[in-house]
Parts: sequence; C-alpha cells; structure tokens
Amino acid sequence: MPLKLLVTVKRVEDPESRIKAKPDGSGIVTDGVNYKMNPFDEIAVEEALRLKEKHGGEVVVASLGGAAAMTELRAALAMGADRGLLVRHDGALDPGIVSALLQALVAAERPDLVMLGKQAIDDDQNQAGQMLAARLGWPQATFASKKESLESEAEQKKQPGVAVAADGKRALVVREVDGGVETLEVALPAVVTVDLRLNKPRFASLPGIMKAKKKEVREIPAASLGVELAPSVVVRRLLDPPRRQAGVKVADVAELWTRLHAEAKVL
Amino acid sequence: MANVLIVAEQFGGAVRKATLHAISAGREVARRTGGTLHLAVLGKGIGPVAEELSGYGAEVHAADAAVLEHPLAEAHAPVLVELARAVQASHVGAAATAFGKDLLPRVAALLEAGMATEVLGFGGEGAEVTFRRPMWAGNVLAEVALATPVKVFTVRATEFPAAAKEGKGAVTAAKVSVDAGALRTRYAGFKEVKSARPELTEARIVVAGGRGTKGDFKPVEALADELNAAVGASRAAVDAGWVPNDWQVGQTGKVVAPELYVAAGISGAIQHLAGMKGSKVIVAVNKDPDAPIFQLADYGLVADLFKALPELAEKLKKSR
Repeated sequence: MPLKLLVTVKRVEDPESRIKAKPDGSGIVTDGVNYKMNPFDEIAVEEALRLKEKHGGEVVVASLGGAAAMTELRAALAMGADRGLLVRHDGALDPGIVSALLQALVAAERPDLVMLGKQAIDDDQNQAGQMLAARLGWPQATFASKKESLESEAEQKKQPGVAVAADGKRALVVREVDGGVETLEVALPAVVTVDLRLNKPRFASLPGIMKAKKKEVREIPAASLGVELAPSVVVRRLLDPPRRQAGVKVADVAELWTRLHAEAKVL
Repeated sequence: MANVLIVAEQFGGAVRKATLHAISAGREVARRTGGTLHLAVLGKGIGPVAEELSGYGAEVHAADAAVLEHPLAEAHAPVLVELARAVQASHVGAAATAFGKDLLPRVAALLEAGMATEVLGFGGEGAEVTFRRPMWAGNVLAEVALATPVKVFTVRATEFPAAAKEGKGAVTAAKVSVDAGALRTRYAGFKEVKSARPELTEARIVVAGGRGTKGDFKPVEALADELNAAVGASRAAVDAGWVPNDWQVGQTGKVVAPELYVAAGISGAIQHLAGMKGSKVIVAVNKDPDAPIFQLADYGLVADLFKALPELAEKLKKSR
C-alpha cells in the first residue's frame, strides 16, 4: 500500500562550525558559521525515500522558520522528496510551538507516518516528535535504529530499517535504548524519530538538484495556522562553558603512569 | 502548590542508578520552591522497587499494572499526567536517559508544559527556578526559563550526586486508567547488549578508541579490563562497524563524565569532545602531535597506541 510520509527538515548551524556565545549572552556569534540540514533530519529524509521506494507513495518535507530554510527544503527535494512546505515564522521557536505547527500540517496532509530527527543539533532538546505524538494521540517510536550495521548488505541495498507491513497498517521499529535495542510495533498513523545509525543518507545528484528547483514548495504563514506563537521555553542568556586548564604532554608511558598515580591520583 | 514529581526508572526489578541522581535534582528544586518531593514508579510487579525508593524520604506513588510492564510512552504518559495533577506538581523531572527522553516530552505536551532537556544545574532567584542546559553539543550553555505553570525537565545524571537514603516515605498506589486494548503501541522485544564491563555512562573510568585503532580494539579493551573500565568509541569507529553502536561517545552518542577518560587514537572532533569534555581527567594517546584532542587533554602522550596501551596495562599489573 502506498505511504504518505511527512518529514521535517530543520536548518541548523553546521556541526563542524565553531559555535560560541556572544559576549552579551544574547545569542551566538554567526560570523563564519555555515548552515545545513540537521544531520538527524537527513537520516529521516533518507528513510522516508527508502520507504517510498519500497511501498510507493509520496514524501512531503516540511520546514519551519525563516526564508533561508528554503535552502534545506531544496536540499531534501534534491535527495528525492516530492514537494515541500515552508511554514514561515521569523521569531523564536521551541519544541512546543513546533509540535503545534506540525499538528496543523498533519491535519491538512493526513500522512501515514511523520518522521523527524531525534533531536536538532542546535537546541539539543529531543522533544518535538514526542510532543507531536502526544498532541495527535498517536503512538511514538523514538530513536529508530537498524538491526544491521551501516556496513551491512541491507544498507548497501538501501533497505529501510523501519519495517512497514504490506497493508500499511503497522510498522516495526528497532529503537536504540540504554543497554540494548528494543523493538516496538506501532499502529499507523504514527510518529517516528530517527537515530544516527538508521541509515546512511544519500547525496543529491546533479539531476536531482536541477529537478528540485522545479518542485513545488508551498509557503504557509505560521500565523495562519491558529497556533499560539509565544515560546514557553525562554532562553535568558547564553554563555561559553568553563574552559579546561591547558594540560601537559608527557614524555613516555612511565611518566604518564606516575602523573596519573601520584599527581592526579586517579589510578 | 509547588510540588516536585520525579519519575523513577526501573529495569528488571531494580532502580536504575541514574534515578538516584535525578532524586538529588528533585530535592534541590523542592528545597528552592518550598514544595514536597514525590517519586513515581511505573511497571508490573514493582512492589520491591517502590519499597526501595521509599528510603529516599519522599512519598512513592507506585503504578503497578500489567499494561505498564514495558516502558511504552503511550501507556506511561497518561498515568504520569494524572499523578502530576493529583500531587499538584509544578515540576516534573527524570534522568535524561533513553527512557526519560522518550517519555517526558510526551508528558510535557499533555500537561501543556514547557520542557528543558539534559539540565546541568539550576539558577534563578528564590522559588523562580531557571535551568542551565547545554546547546550546540555543549559548545554553549543556556540559562532557560519555562513560562508555563507546570515545568518539565530531564537532568544529566553525571551533574548531580547520587541521592543518599534519608527517612522513610509512604508507598501509595497510583491510579492506572489506561486501557490495554486501546493502546496502539506493542512491545515486540528487547535485545540486551551484554557486557561484563561497567555501564558506559556510570563507569569511573572510560577507555575509548577511535580511527587510530584501525579496527583493532584489543589494546583498548585490554586496558579497560585491567582498569575495570567501560569501553567507549568515537563515531568513526562505530560507523566503520568496528564496535557496537552503543559504545559511541559524543554529541549524538552517550555523554560521559568519568573520573578518568583515556582517548586512544581519537583525533578529537567537536562531535566527540561534546560527549566527554566533562570528564575529570582526560588522557590522550595519539600518534599525531597536532590532534585537537591534545588541546583538551590533561595528559597527552604522543605515541603509537598499540605500544603505549599495553605498556600502561603492564604498569598497572605490576603496581598491584
């Protein structure tokens, strides 16, 4: 049965960029910082594309934020997603607002599965998917992973890790939890958040990038969705973490042992 | 009222250690707000766990039902919501484990509460508690206020001491009005990653290997076993399929803060540093003298890990 998949795509600071707080604590220094799709969202897009390749259907990607997020939506479309939704909002967003806005999108789009990254690497909250599932009254399967390693044959063949039943009514999701892996069966529609080792995302091809330019992206003003847009998570100030004292280089293992034993007293 | 409800985590009839750290955090919030600390524990046949928890000086609410046997957020969240309302909780917290991170945001949404994840400490004036938490993989710390009547949070266990037993609280049965037939989530199994070594996030010492091991973790594991340490790995080593996924330390893996962290053959990408830079003493062993890990290490040794690690293990053996 064909599946309709809604995937979220957040524009975040590139994890390889050096992030530091402004001296007045009002934000981060953005000079020289690059932006990209949240790495967990790339994995969610990849998984949705694999599910579509297996079951047929449609992959809709959605981003919430300013006009610049169009870049990340186009990147997802270049990977192979079918169309995009940009919920325009220039103010601060928190997972509560994000989940409320997504709830409105779900009401309009009626997907079988909503897939999100398990967390965005800027605010590191790890909340939006769970909050969305709560609002919808849907089951949730967080931190979706894969049984096989990323070097496995299943991965080479780009098989989805999330196993949707042929009738499209249920999905088996392997989850990374403390001490092992857990498997849940969720009835669809459901919310799935993805972990790092669910898959290796594909790169966009040149033809993919060309095609993406012609794909439909609909802009929706956040204010039109009837959602309270005042954040309940208010960042008062940002600060740099305490710096570590510069360490020493030791000459050999004998010195390392002495230092750890007699000086640091940890061995 | 401004009471505090801490959600305990139990596994196989035992309280998870991380919960004891969350209890400390809960005590601190209760002290600040002048409220009373309550503990919640959910599961099936959890009488002994509830009894054990009652030694921490708080009233324990035990939701004991077959429908709660497995930690399904869909089943646990409504029970906690009802309990939070019943005890008039202004703050609901748990440890930032996989369990806490899965469950608490669902609870927060149902309570229309703002939430702070992976809290490192508390700030603010008097009863107005703010939350200090990491953003951008710990490259920035944020002081966050929650503008909702109920506030939900998870805490990073390593930032709070394990609570000591004090006094005796009552154990009461919590109401469970969840219909098993209506659940749309089914628990389909658990595969434990078995290890004789200590749990990575709880170990006093962690020995971690990276790309420099070239896939041979034997010296890393041998040193770890000599030290009774947990074994960690960089993302590169995990992605290469050399070691299990749950060994990964970093922004997207586990965050550890042991007394001693030995990084062997790990260059020190920002992603990895985010997961271990809270360690008390950091040792780096790397052939590359310019590896970024040396900027962070208390003790750096420029050497081949295949020679240095066995030599260090030998020193330890002799010192016994």
